[in-house]
Amino acid sequence: MMGTAVFYLVAVVGVVSALVAVSHKNPVVNVLSLVVTLFCIAVSYALLGAEFLAAAQILVYAGAILVLFLFVVMLLGAPEEPPVGERRPFQRVAGLALAGIAAAGSIAVLAGIRVAAPAGAAQGTAEALGRLLVGPYLFAFEFISVLLLAAMVGALMLVKRKH
Amino acid sequence: MTVPTTHFVIFAALLFAIGAAGVLVRRSGISILLGIELMLNAANLALVAFGRQHGQLDAQVFVFFVMAVAAAEVAVGLALLVAIFRKQRSIDVDRLNVMRW
Repeated sequence: MMGTAVFYLVAVVGVVSALVAVSHKNPVVNVLSLVVTLFCIAVSYALLGAEFLAAAQILVYAGAILVLFLFVVMLLGAPEEPPVGERRPFQRVAGLALAGIAAAGSIAVLAGIRVAAPAGAAQGTAEALGRLLVGPYLFAFEFISVLLLAAMVGALMLVKRKH
Repeated sequence: MTVPTTHFVIFAALLFAIGAAGVLVRRSGISILLGIELMLNAANLALVAFGRQHGQLDAQVFVFFVMAVAAAEVAVGLALLVAIFRKQRSIDVDRLNVMRW
């Protein structure tokens, strides 16, 4: 009962702050309201029994990725967008229509999926996930570190100033 | 009494559509990257919800990998934005037409 109330509260707050995140003019407000949305998603993970992912979501997104976003926004001097509608009057209507189609289609398809398997009691603790990561998924787990190293080197190369 | 999987999935679908709207409508490069992050997170939420329905943990491992790839993506994307800003003094994607011809 408690979990149900928490989920609906979190869902409403998450959707509203996501709307603010994509519609507000100020980039700092965009980033900070996306933090709220990602926190709501972390609470949803916890309600779904994925405790480790909930912790990782807060650590990785609120702690690292969005700080990086804020850093870049501050570095670029929080550039405001030019007033919309002077050059692309068609873009906003078409974009909103396509997003509406995506919402209707994905709700229709995803809500229609029925899973026959009975819901087991798999708890996403750090121990259970760790046994999977260094067991069946060991190659992917090791390869992720190569990917992160490549991304780090690539980012450094992109922003390096030429002498 | 737990929340049905369908409601989690509808929440995820709404977040995905909002992120898609951000990518399609906004013109600042940072807002487009934020929309992509939102869409990735919505997909993650749907994965975890269906994974609970199946009673398996593999979906959560996939979400872990998606998080790592998203971190790599955002690092490279923001580095690109900084490089573009240095060259053009703007991150308006409508002005990025240097590869048009």
